[in-house]
Amino acid sequence: MKFALLVNEGPFTHQASDSAYLFAKAAIEKGHEVPRVFFYYDGVNNANKLSEPQADDRNLVKLWGALAKDHEVDLVVCVAAGMRRGIKDDILAEGFRISGLGQLIEAGLGTDRLVMFGD
Amino acid sequence: MAFEFDTEGVKKTFTFLNRKAPYGTIYALEVLETVLITAAFEQHANIVFIDDGVYQIKKGQDTKAVNMKNFLPTYGIIEMEKDDADEDEDIDMVWRIIVEKESMEARGLTEDDFKVGVEVLSSAELAEVLDQSDVVIGG
Repeated sequence: MKFALLVNEGPFTHQASDSAYLFAKAAIEKGHEVPRVFFYYDGVNNANKLSEPQADDRNLVKLWGALAKDHEVDLVVCVAAGMRRGIKDDILAEGFRISGLGQLIEAGLGTDRLVMFGD
Repeated sequence: MAFEFDTEGVKKTFTFLNRKAPYGTIYALEVLETVLITAAFEQHANIVFIDDGVYQIKKGQDTKAVNMKNFLPTYGIIEMEKDDADEDEDIDMVWRIIVEKESMEARGLTEDDFKVGVEVLSSAELAEVLDQSDVVIGG
């Protein structure tokens, strides 16, 4: 099955980003496809390369990047939500790209399921 | 890397579940932005107001005191998109603006309190709408 994911919360105040990452990983391991993850609301903070969690904490920004590289997952950050929160090209972590909300609708059209993570 | 989806000729029904009060958190505003983009893709959409989300379309809001932009007028654009789609045979797009009856009544509101024309559906009727949706986006 083809899944698109929508991540609506930031990586540090909410579990949604971790759940989305673990879902994507598990789905891919089971042989499903996750062609796109769309980051919206505070979810855009998943793409901030300036983020430096403590050494004994997981680093979701890097984990997403590795997932994108290993499994060709298209990580899309909403441009409008990103601009509000200062997530622009110059601080964009590897594996992410900035684009419009149309990419979310397109992902909903082009996959079997769109799964939302957040409140 | 720009992933290409094959969406040619794909028509789906998107349901937007607006569950939160308009101010206090950003959810309402950012769902609204997503709804407007859906029109550009000529997709079917149900815009649903439930729980405190029913307050999003309540008439006569004044946000000056909380220092927030009043985005109530933007819901008028949704109604315009819906009316255009209803009237123009060339637009293959059905939009419904729905308020959940139980949420509305629990807050002492009636259909006349809303800025846009709505269909009032019971919780059970709304469940059917959700069941018939392809993509559900909440906020």
